Amino acid sequence: MRNNGILRIVARFLIPLILLFALYIQFHGEYSPGGGFQAGVVFAAGWILFVLIYGLEAGLKVIPQRAMVVVMACGALLYAFIGLLGVLLGGHFLDFAPLLPSAPKGAQQAGIILVEFGVGMTVATVVMLIFTMFAGRKSQIHLIDGIPDSEPVTYPEMNQDNSANQSTDTAAETRD
Amino acid sequence: MAFLGHYNYYIVVVLMMIGFYVVIARGNMVKKIMGLNLFQTSAFILFISAGKIMGGSTPILRDGVEVYSNPLPHVLILTAIVVGVATTAVGLALSVRINEAYGNIEDDLLSEEEPDDFALTQEPSRDDDSS
Amino acid sequence: MVAIGVTRIRDLFAATMLFAIYSLLSAALFVLLDAGDVALTEAAVGAGISTILVLAVLTMTRRYEHPSNTVNWPALAVVSVTGMCLLWAVSDLPDFGDPTNPVQTHLAPYFINNVYSDMGIPNMVAAVLASYRSIDTFGEVIVIFVAGLAVYTLLSVPPRTPPKPQPKADANQPENRGDH
Repeated sequence: MRNNGILRIVARFLIPLILLFALYIQFHGEYSPGGGFQAGVVFAAGWILFVLIYGLEAGLKVIPQRAMVVVMACGALLYAFIGLLGVLLGGHFLDFAPLLPSAPKGAQQAGIILVEFGVGMTVATVVMLIFTMFAGRKSQIHLIDGIPDSEPVTYPEMNQDNSANQSTDTAAETRD
Repeated sequence: MAFLGHYNYYIVVVLMMIGFYVVIARGNMVKKIMGLNLFQTSAFILFISAGKIMGGSTPILRDGVEVYSNPLPHVLILTAIVVGVATTAVGLALSVRINEAYGNIEDDLLSEEEPDDFALTQEPSRDDDSS
Repeated sequence: MVAIGVTRIRDLFAATMLFAIYSLLSAALFVLLDAGDVALTEAAVGAGISTILVLAVLTMTRRYEHPSNTVNWPALAVVSVTGMCLLWAVSDLPDFGDPTNPVQTHLAPYFINNVYSDMGIPNMVAAVLASYRSIDTFGEVIVIFVAGLAVYTLLSVPPRTPPKPQPKADANQPENRGDH
């Protein structure tokens, strides 16, 4: 798809806007509809658009899979850390008031921003990771089979299916 | 009156039953997962429509608005939507693995194959006529 | 209508597209019902992520569903009975949009009146989600994390080719016979 001029140009225009919009939703979540989940999903959608147009290898060069796994864990850990920070400073778990004792409203806002950022990180990387797993599977199957993309197969009858399975069973068993 | 006042719930029940029918009556696993999502979305509509006030508006504090719709169902449904996508993703991953193991993802055909030792999984005891 | 289309169409690709349309329509419905956050999430998740995941799975499995011979009568009976029971139970619920519903008078006035004085942020949904009900959101982050882990675990086993309908001589080389 990278040779298709229209797709490339539109993607080059849209993908930065999508990622920027995701960051806007994330940090503006206190004033307008938004917050962590929406931002994470939109960010992942921007990356998926990039992968759809430029290919999975290019996408994985931008955000490697290892980084996705690490950030996924970091998001959840950030949330837990903020919660435990509340306990360490003298309140309940996930109590935001002890974070800034002088400004109660400011403490709540700071807590909310940090927590939503953790949520956004985790959701974005989880969706990207799931997509990578699914997309990588297909290319792995192709590497093994050596066949090109198969067109939609109409459904064979049941007898043929069962007998074909048994024949490949015996083939596999004799090979081992 | 009471009959017309509940029309949102009727719509929800209809959608829910359609989703339920897809889950139990269709054999293809991807279709079942889609039916499950239909069911979940109808449950979301139930909650959100229960939280609406006639003449209210979106629960974000701003000038010029007096009546706000209830924010509590929105919170619950936000969590539920994300849990729904998590369930869908895991279900689809499972169906990919089942497809690789058995060659198809139809319920009625899966229950007719005998367990073969060209098997796939690492669990020795697996019976697949469970549907 | 769209839901019935998803049920009956056997071409799974078309069913996926109809499913995306259904998600988008329900997102529009959420906007009409004054739920901004939920509409944004449902539109992004339902019409975006779910659709692309189902399409990714469809590239690996068959595109057409197995033809089911007749309407599944026991399933239809169960569905009808359940539907009747639900419709009968619905008549006890309060009216649509009534401001004196129990759901509107229990906790909502507390949230609506106190969010600005407690937190100072206008978005009530985000305030309730992240501060008043923070533990639920924590549990939900854990759920999505575990789902990501589960998919990662399930799909990191190298694939084995599915048994093909026509017999091939050198088809399957199973390579997860003890090498991971």
